[in-house]
Amino acid sequence: MTEPILKLEGLKKHFESTSGGIFNRKKGTVKAVDGIDLEILPGETVGLVGESGCGKTTAGRTVLKLYEPTEGKIIFQGQDITNLSRRQMKPLRAQMQMIFQDPFASLNPRQTVGTLIGATFDIQGIKPPGGVKQEVERLMERVGLNPEHVNRYPHEFSGGQRQRIGVARAIALKPKLIVADEPVSALDVSIQAQVVNLLDDLQEEFGLAYLFVAHDLSVVQHISDRVVVMYLGKVMEQADKKDLFLSPRHPYTKALLSAVPVPDPIKGRSRERIILVGDLPSPMNPPSGCVFNTRCWKVQDKCRVEVPALIQIAPNHRLACHFPEPA
Amino acid sequence: MKPFLEVKNLSVSFPTQDGLVKASNDISFSVARGETLAVVGESGSGKSVTSLAVMGLHNRNATNISGQAILNLETGPIDTISASPEAVRKLRGKSMAMIFQDPMSALHPYYSIGDQIAEAWGLYNEGSKADGIKRAVEMLDLVGIPGASKRVKEFPHQFSGGMRQRVMIAMALVNNPSLLIADEPTTALDVTVQSQILKLLKDMQEEFNMAVILITHDLGVVAEVADRACVMYAGKIVEQSAIDDIYYLPDHPYTIGLLNSIPRVDQLEGKRLLAIPGQPPSLISLPRGCSFRSRCTYSELVPNNKCATEVPNLDEKISGHFSRCHLTEAQLVEARTSAGGQA
Repeated sequence: MTEPILKLEGLKKHFESTSGGIFNRKKGTVKAVDGIDLEILPGETVGLVGESGCGKTTAGRTVLKLYEPTEGKIIFQGQDITNLSRRQMKPLRAQMQMIFQDPFASLNPRQTVGTLIGATFDIQGIKPPGGVKQEVERLMERVGLNPEHVNRYPHEFSGGQRQRIGVARAIALKPKLIVADEPVSALDVSIQAQVVNLLDDLQEEFGLAYLFVAHDLSVVQHISDRVVVMYLGKVMEQADKKDLFLSPRHPYTKALLSAVPVPDPIKGRSRERIILVGDLPSPMNPPSGCVFNTRCWKVQDKCRVEVPALIQIAPNHRLACHFPEPA
Repeated sequence: MKPFLEVKNLSVSFPTQDGLVKASNDISFSVARGETLAVVGESGSGKSVTSLAVMGLHNRNATNISGQAILNLETGPIDTISASPEAVRKLRGKSMAMIFQDPMSALHPYYSIGDQIAEAWGLYNEGSKADGIKRAVEMLDLVGIPGASKRVKEFPHQFSGGMRQRVMIAMALVNNPSLLIADEPTTALDVTVQSQILKLLKDMQEEFNMAVILITHDLGVVAEVADRACVMYAGKIVEQSAIDDIYYLPDHPYTIGLLNSIPRVDQLEGKRLLAIPGQPPSLISLPRGCSFRSRCTYSELVPNNKCATEVPNLDEKISGHFSRCHLTEAQLVEARTSAGGQA
């Protein structure tokens, strides 16, 4: 069996919320990520989906130790990196990179594209053969940007092009793992497809593993090999793409899938739709028992009291529900 | 029966330091009561600019607007483009209403939800403030906000995104408008909440027999709620037809490209997406000929370089199906199938 590139064991990230002021009393804990177990193999894409506030972005950032994990283990290429210091992390960062959601906020407006992409080499003290400038131009070409634009500033590019700059920066050091946090959600449909295809091609070329964090199930379905569905910090279901999309077992997964509009009017009219009532509860004060019980249409007394454990129901298929849908 | 809204040759442009931005060009469409027309397009295609012109919400001193937007009221037709600002103001809220994309910035943070809805009601109804609040509670109830009588006193920040959008809908509908323009009403929302809001809009449309214009970039949403659709590109309508034709017999290479470039949750084969190459042109210096030419895979099929020299007309190729393209019908059938078949 291939060694996973990344392994998470019961990963948790809790944020303490305080009242501010001179006493700064503790008000409560937001359990943004409350236990993720996951393995990502080299060259594989794992999609992490859920609605806003479900903790998917926090999870992605914690994996790269941009946040210190509260509990659990992060094992990267066989090495436990959970408690490594910033300095110890630095050489490893060449192997793990991030693509950010907002191509407007994630690029320094005062730096040229050349400086932005080239900085990755300076920070890691790597001298690419042929020099930084040549390598930057090669990277720009690879992601579909005109290398002549190397001295331009981010504002001179469109959203799609800016996201390509972000991608070039992420692949510059030939990482093994890229955490992509909503990389295409800020882009227009026709541009979105270009960037998704680019990510696909790069994966094939470099054997990259992606942790693809997104709320758009259509995109996740397209790009992922496996999918993790989160709700209020907890994993509801995780499975191979086919299993998850064809026979979802968790009521939340089922409702989520049925809510995605399909660009096909006849199918759309005939599709059975599960409309969930209400909104996501506050993560400050999550419901007792199963966190989904306030919106679940199959809820029973047990769900309000007992937290369902995430159990293996088939190879590669884990589920946290007392009353799952039939397979 | 006459459609409620008839937009005829509407063009909107903005003079700027860099030149004239031709945001929307020669737009014509109509919507009847009880009907939903979707206006689909990417950012900068002119979909919002067009609807703001219909509502009379552009600053007339900084905008060039030509054409007509005729509301066929019971009292007779009125053109919101040429009518005085005063006259258009009397139409807003009552004859036509609008829901905006971002419910946080469209609600006033200092006033309670009840006050804001009551104010809209008070514009067209005689009655005390208390009557207005009572009406606000009814409306909040109608749009499915639990505990309406209590929540009417609350402020926008106390509501979630989906609930705020419901408040916006309640406010837009409080005077029973004949036309509702919804500008990306669900873009800021999660999918599970989106399906709640779309259902609510559909129910409200039936209840009030409204004409609805839904502005969106999401072809999935359009497929679910619209009766007809206009596809816009670079400020022009490039295709307009009944909803099924847009999806099953698209007649413009841009529409075909758009449909092929979206991943679909109901298709698991994992085919490579057929992206549209390049990016939309600048609205300040639109290319000669067809605006889509530089991104179009089929323009070589048209003889004499016509796509580069001649702007195609929006022609009715089959009854009720308009398309702005020089390709022949036979060539389009070819294009549809070669692009992967949207059958």
